Amino acid sequence: MNRVVVTGLGVCAAPGKSAAEFAASIKSGRSAIGPITIIPSEGLITKIGAQVLDFDPAAHFAENKLALYDRCTQFALVAAREAIAQSGLQFRDGLGARTAAIIGSGVGGQSTLDDNYLRVYGQGAKRLHPFTIPKLMINAPCSHITMEHGITGPSFVVASACSSANHAIGVAFQMVRAGMAEAAVTGGTEAVFTFGTIKGWEALRVMAPDTCRPFSAGRKGMVLGEGAAVLVLETRERALARGAAILAEIIGFGATSDAGDIVLPAAEGAAGAMSACLKDAGIAPDSVDYINAHGTGTTANDVTETKAIHMVFGERAKSLAISSTKSLHGHTLGAAGAIEAAATIIAMRGGFIPPTANFLAPDPQCDLDYVPNEARSRQIGVALSNSFAFGGHNASIAIRRGE
Amino acid sequence: MADIASEVIEVIAKQAKVEPATVTRDTELADLNLESLDSIELVFALEEKFNIEIPFNANESNSAGITFTTAGNVIDAVAKLVDEQKSGKA
Repeated sequence: MNRVVVTGLGVCAAPGKSAAEFAASIKSGRSAIGPITIIPSEGLITKIGAQVLDFDPAAHFAENKLALYDRCTQFALVAAREAIAQSGLQFRDGLGARTAAIIGSGVGGQSTLDDNYLRVYGQGAKRLHPFTIPKLMINAPCSHITMEHGITGPSFVVASACSSANHAIGVAFQMVRAGMAEAAVTGGTEAVFTFGTIKGWEALRVMAPDTCRPFSAGRKGMVLGEGAAVLVLETRERALARGAAILAEIIGFGATSDAGDIVLPAAEGAAGAMSACLKDAGIAPDSVDYINAHGTGTTANDVTETKAIHMVFGERAKSLAISSTKSLHGHTLGAAGAIEAAATIIAMRGGFIPPTANFLAPDPQCDLDYVPNEARSRQIGVALSNSFAFGGHNASIAIRRGE
Repeated sequence: MADIASEVIEVIAKQAKVEPATVTRDTELADLNLESLDSIELVFALEEKFNIEIPFNANESNSAGITFTTAGNVIDAVAKLVDEQKSGKA
């Protein structure tokens, strides 16, 4: 069994279109949630989101390539480029065949889907563009990463709604740990700001009209976000041998299913994923310093997650620092696990804990330390990052600070 | 108003899968075994039927002063929204 380390990190999300920009933003506790401007918001009840503003596709991609890239693919490619450049790995020198590419996404090419439904059903178009299917297929972001970087090992997209990226990272981690791959490019991407998609989300009645306030009294629900984050994983042995900078170590992955309600979370399922993760990492609850919570800002999740943390950590729960960075970057659905792993790794390297922003006051049902509003100076040794999805898919990743 | 009451009761009864005659103004929705998804489907069905927008947020127990504890609460909320809509258009 190999130890698995992170040697590259790339981010393209609302708080920043690079890991450095993202890092500065989350450390400042500045929420990137704002009025929806990238699509017309007339007719929408929900008028806020965490958007990747001023993203210029032409600055990153040639026109002929762009014709094939949905926005979610564009984000994934930008993040992958940054991560792979940082790692210094060249996949075309033979490593490619021993590298996996496992990416999470909840719905993939949503804008392409939306645009083309409009054309066919709304405008009665006689024909669609030939790239319609290759552009909207949910695996496209992963396909293009393998193509751009010459990765010829196993590759696929993992879809499990809000847990997609955690599951993707978990699977990639297991592949490298087991020796099925020597390296992996993993993470998640999501770009759901289309009129139709937001209408769909509004109908669930869980969207906050004001902002995302995880764990806070007065919270009114979730706020959507978009973006991507990519991690390069490799065996610790390989990284050390080539003198690569080790950003962090992935030490465990746990996953469970609620087998309950299609939208409401269950504390047992969430607790089970965290416990399984700790067991997989071979560590006790007392070893954990920080939890990057799923923390969507809904009444349901935040109370259930708090209960689950109590169940797993017992007395230790009170001394844990817990925060939901969804307050800063929004709920990025299939990208959440990756963007949150990135936030956690950045925080570990920077010696701080990112805050739960927009926090008004404690909710008696959420009685733990959620690091409200201001980042806290603290060395994190071991962190858990949680994702608990609609459909009851729970996944937790354990990350240790790189030496 | 009586029309709205009986129509609302019909929608509630359909969602709860009970006979409309068994639902009165005092019937508590909690007693009708409506689960979380049933509640939001109920809101959707009412909005569709009456062409209104109900400011219901599942995270708040009291969205914009609207409480859905009894069938009577629902009837009154719908009647008020229908009224507001009509006067908005006038």
